[in-house]
Amino acid sequence: MTKANFDPKLLVDGYEVVIGIEIHCQLNTDSKIFSSAPTAFGHEPNTQANIVDLGLPGVLPVLNHGVVERALKFGIGVNAKLGLYNTFDRKNYFYPDLPKGYQITQMANPIVGRGYIDVMVNEGEKNEYPKRIGITRAHLEEDAGKSVHNAADGMTGIDLNRAGTPLIEIVSEPDMRSVHEALAYIKAIHQLVTWLGISDAIMAEGSFRCDCNVSIRKPGAELGTRTELKNLNSFRFIERAINREIERQIDIIEDGGKVIQATRLYDPDKDETRSMRTKEEANDYRYFPDPDLLPVRIEQHTVDEILAAMPELPVARRSRFETELGLSEYDARILTGSRQLADYFEAVVAEAGATSTKIAANWVMGDLLGALNKDDKTIDASPISAAQLAKLLERINDNTLSGKLAKKVFSALYEGEGGDSADAADIIIKTQDLKQETDTGAIKAIVEDVIANNQAMVDEYRGGKQKAFNGLVGQVMKASRGSANPQQVNEILKSLLN
Amino acid sequence: MSEIHELSTEQLIQGLQNKQFSSVDLTTHFLNRIEKLDGKINSFITLTGDIALAKAKACDEMRAQGDKRALLGVPMAHKDIFCTQGVLTTCGSKMLYNFVSPYDATIVHRIDDAGMISLGKLNMDEFAMGSDNASSYFGAVHNPWNLDRVPGGSSGGSAAAVAAGLTPLATASDTGGSIRQPASFCGLTGIKPTYGRVSRFGMIAYASSLDQAGTIGKSAKDCAYLLQPMVGHDARDATSIKHDIPDYVQDMNDAEKTGGDKPLAHLKIGVAKEYFGAGLNSEVADAVKQALKTYEDLGATIVEVNITDPEITLATYYMLAPAEASSNLSRFDGVRFGYRCNDPKDLIDLYTRSRSEGFGAEVQRRILMGTYALSAGYFDAYYTKAQRIRRLIVEDFKTAFHHCDIIASPTVPMTAYKLSDNLDPATMYLGDVYTIGVNLAGLPALSHPVGLSNDGMPIGIQLIGQHWQESQLLSTAHLFQQNTGYHLQQSAIAKETV
Amino acid sequence: MSQDNQQAALTDSAVSRQEILEVASLARLGIDEATAENYAGDISKILSLMQTLAGVDTDNVAPLANIHEACQDLRADVARHDIDRELNQSMAPKVGDGLYLVPQVIE
Ligand SMILES: [Mg+2]
Ligand SMILES: [Zn+2]
Repeated sequence: MTKANFDPKLLVDGYEVVIGIEIHCQLNTDSKIFSSAPTAFGHEPNTQANIVDLGLPGVLPVLNHGVVERALKFGIGVNAKLGLYNTFDRKNYFYPDLPKGYQITQMANPIVGRGYIDVMVNEGEKNEYPKRIGITRAHLEEDAGKSVHNAADGMTGIDLNRAGTPLIEIVSEPDMRSVHEALAYIKAIHQLVTWLGISDAIMAEGSFRCDCNVSIRKPGAELGTRTELKNLNSFRFIERAINREIERQIDIIEDGGKVIQATRLYDPDKDETRSMRTKEEANDYRYFPDPDLLPVRIEQHTVDEILAAMPELPVARRSRFETELGLSEYDARILTGSRQLADYFEAVVAEAGATSTKIAANWVMGDLLGALNKDDKTIDASPISAAQLAKLLERINDNTLSGKLAKKVFSALYEGEGGDSADAADIIIKTQDLKQETDTGAIKAIVEDVIANNQAMVDEYRGGKQKAFNGLVGQVMKASRGSANPQQVNEILKSLLN
Repeated sequence: MSEIHELSTEQLIQGLQNKQFSSVDLTTHFLNRIEKLDGKINSFITLTGDIALAKAKACDEMRAQGDKRALLGVPMAHKDIFCTQGVLTTCGSKMLYNFVSPYDATIVHRIDDAGMISLGKLNMDEFAMGSDNASSYFGAVHNPWNLDRVPGGSSGGSAAAVAAGLTPLATASDTGGSIRQPASFCGLTGIKPTYGRVSRFGMIAYASSLDQAGTIGKSAKDCAYLLQPMVGHDARDATSIKHDIPDYVQDMNDAEKTGGDKPLAHLKIGVAKEYFGAGLNSEVADAVKQALKTYEDLGATIVEVNITDPEITLATYYMLAPAEASSNLSRFDGVRFGYRCNDPKDLIDLYTRSRSEGFGAEVQRRILMGTYALSAGYFDAYYTKAQRIRRLIVEDFKTAFHHCDIIASPTVPMTAYKLSDNLDPATMYLGDVYTIGVNLAGLPALSHPVGLSNDGMPIGIQLIGQHWQESQLLSTAHLFQQNTGYHLQQSAIAKETV
Repeated sequence: MSQDNQQAALTDSAVSRQEILEVASLARLGIDEATAENYAGDISKILSLMQTLAGVDTDNVAPLANIHEACQDLRADVARHDIDRELNQSMAPKVGDGLYLVPQVIE
C-alpha cells in the first residue's frame, strides 16, 4: 500500500476511502473444532453442545483434522504462506455466550500467513477493472453461542449450539479504496470458500460474517482513524453501511471534528451506523498460549495431498473456458460463477460434444439459469441433469427439434416430464409428438392446403404485400401444430407462389 | 493377623484371591473406619458407601465367576478434583458445592474398569491451590499423626485418609508438589508421573501445563498398583502422550529378584547443594542425608549436580501457575453450573458476586495475580519472561541428568506445621521450593518417608526421575522400603481400631 | 514492551490498591477497597519474589509453552449424536425452554 498511489476517480468529496475487512467464515465440518458435537444448524437449544462446548469443569479441547484441512485449502486458494507450525492462544473475556470465559483462537502463529486474491471490481460493467487485495492472515478459532433476548422471565437465554463451530477469520490488508472494491473482495472470498467446498457461507444464517474497517483521509495523508462496522449480514447492507459511514466520517471532519475509533453497528431500519455498547470497558484480552493444545505441525506430504486434491480455481477455470472452449469473456465469467455451475456446464459439453459449446452456453445461461432464478434455485437443484440437457442439444443439432419445439421440450424436462432418464428429451418428443416435420412431401401437402384455403392472403402477396407471406407461413405452422421445419416451409411456399 | 487397613495392596489382592476376605468385607471395614474416625480428620467430602457396597457385591460375584482382574474389588478413594458421574464433585470449593458431574474423568473410568471400588471423594485445598488443606470450603483436614498439624496440600484429604487407614489407596494431583508434599507430611509414598503420562480429562484444571494426576499409598508398591490403570494415552487429552507403558509391579519384583545385596549398584543419585540451602530444617536435612546413606549401602553412587536456583524456580512457578489458573477458572461464572449469587441485578452483578462469593480468598488471590501477570503491559515482563526461564530450568535438569539417573532432595524444607500457624501466602509458597521445579520440567518424582522428627512428624525424601522413568523411581523406592521400615510407621489414627 | 520497561516492571513490583481493583474488574471479582488493600499487600510481597527473575539472562532463550514440545494428534471429523441436554443442564442454576438464563443482556 503506497500513500501517493491513489486514484482520483475513487475520491469521495476529495477524500480517499480506506477499507480493510475481517471475515468470519464457518467451516463446514461435521463436528466442532474442539469437540465431537455436531455442527448442524437450526436445532433445539443446547442439543448440539456437548460437555466440552459447555465448558464444564475438567473438559479439554482436541483439534478436528477436518478444520485444519479446510484452512490449508483456503491458504492455498489465496496464494498464502502456510503456517506449517501453528499454535492456539486464549483470548480472555467474559460473556454469557462464551462458556469458558475465553475463546480459543490463533494469535501468535496462525495457520494461514500472508497471501492475496485477485478480484474484478464492478464486474460486468463498463467501468470494471482488476485489483489484487492483500490478505494479512487467516486463523482458526471457535465460534461463540447465541443470546436469545427476552427468553423467559424477562431474562436472556443462552443457546450454545453454535459454540465451538469452527471459524476461519480472514483478515485483509487495508487495500480497498471504495465500497465497490470492498464488495468485489467479499464476493471473491465468498466465491472462493464455496468453490473450495470448505464453507456453506450463508450470510443470512451467519456462516459468513463481515466486519469492515473504514477510514478516510486526504489523498497522500497518513491513515485516518478507523471505525469497525459489525453485523453486516447481506451484500446490500454492507454497501449501505459503508456508504453511510463514509458520509458520516466526512461530515465529522468537514465540521472540524475527529473520528473516534469504535465499533459501530449498522441499523438497516434507520439506514445509519451507531456506536455499539462496548462489551468490555477495556479490551484487555490477556492473550496467552493455550496450555491445553499442543502446536500443530503440518507435514509437507499433507500439503502435497491437499494440493493434489485442489479443484481448479475460478480464475484459472475462467481463462480455460475462454482459451480452450472458445467462450466469450462474458460467458466464461457467468459459467464460472460457482464451481457447481462450471461443473454442470462442462458435463453438458462433455456429453453433447465440443461442437455444442456455444449452444450449450446459451442454453445454460439463458433458459436454465433463467428458470432456476425464477424459482430461487441454484444449479445443484436443477431438475434437468447435464446429461438430459445434452440430449436436448443433440436433438436440436440433428434437426429433430426446431428452436420452438426445443423450448417446449425444455419446459417439459424442467417440469420433470420424461423422468430421470438421460433420454428424457426423446421420451417427451415421442409421447408428446413434438418431432419436427422434415418430409418435403408432407410439408408440400400442408402448404397446398393453406394456399387453397387462404385465397385472399395469396392475392395480397401477389399484389406485392410482403407481410402476407409471413401470414401464410404462420398458417402452415399452425396447421402442422408447429412441427413443420420452418426453413422448408419458407422454401416450398415461395416456390408454389412464384 | 494385622487389621485389614494395615495390609498392603498386594496383601489385599492376595487375601481376596485366597478368599480370606471378600470385597464386601474390605469395603465394609473401610466404610466403618471412615464413619468412626473421619470426624477427627475431615478427609472425605463425599462418601459413596451405598455405591461402594453394591459394587463390592458385584465384584465378589464376578470373582466367583472367574474374573481375574488383579485389582478387582480393591477399595480406593478419589481426590475431589476428579469428575465422577452422578457423584458430587466440588474441587474443595463453594463454587461447586452442588456440582454433580454428568461425566467421569478418564482416570475415574479407567480405575473403575480395573474393578476397583471408590469409597468417596477426598478433601483438598480449594481448586488445588494451597499447601495445607486449610483453604477447603468443606473445612480444614487434620494430620492423622497429630491433629493440630496440617496434612499438607493440596491433596491433603488423600494423604490424611490413607495415613489414617480410611482407604488403602487414593488418587491425587500435583501442580507444584500437591502429591509429594502431603505424602511427606503424612508419612506416605506419593508419585507424580511425567507430564502427559496420565490423562487430565475430567481433572478440574488449576494450571494446565503443570497439573498431573498420580497416587498416594503406604508404599511405592501400593502407589504402583493404583498408578498402573491410570497411565496411558487418552484421545480426549491433547497433551497426553503416547509412550511405552511398563508393568510397574513386575519391574519392582524383577529388581528385587536380580538385585543381590547391592541392588542399586548401577544407580547414580544426584544431590544438588541448592536443595540443602538456607531455610531447610536441620532434622529434615539429617533424615534425608541418613536416607542417602542407606541408598549408598544399597549400592547407589552419590554424585553432586547443579540445578536452577530454587528461588528462581519458585518465582517462575508463581508467575506461570496463577496466570493459567486465572484463565482456567473463568468458566466458573454462575451461568451453566455451580454457585450463583442470589437475585443478580444484572449480568456483571451475576458474574462478580457469584465469583467473589463462590471462590475463597486464596483462589481469588491467585486469580488476581494471574490476571495481573497476563494483562497488557505486564505480559512480556512477567509471563513471557517466566516461560523463557522455564526453558532454562528444563535445560538445567537435562544437564544434571547427564551425570546421574535420579536426583534426590528433601521433599519439603520442614515437617507438617500447625494448623494455627496460618502462614502468610508468600511464606507458604516457600514451602514448595523443592517440589515445583519438577512440575515446570514435567518430570516424574516421588516422595517416600525417611523417618520422624523429634516431635513425631514424618519426613520425606524426594526422588526425581527423567521423563517417563516412573518405573525406575518406584523400583528404587521399593528397594529402599524392602530394606527399611519407615514406611511401616503408622499415624496415631491408623493405630486406632474401631 | 522494550527490555528496559520489562526490567522496570520487574524491579518496581509494588501493586497499588487501584491496580488490584482494575484487575479484579477484569477477572470479574467483586472486592471492596479494604480487601483490595489486603490483596495489594499480598501480591506485592509475592511479586517481590519475582524480582529474582529480572536478573536472569534470557536474551537467546525461546519461551517454553509445552514441556514435551510434541505436536498434537488431530481428531477425525466425526460427529457424535449422544448429547443429553437434560443431564447436562441438571446442575444448571437457571434454565428455561432448554436455554441457560441470565439477567437481561443489553446490546
Ligand atoms: Mg477480529
Ligand atoms: Zn474472530
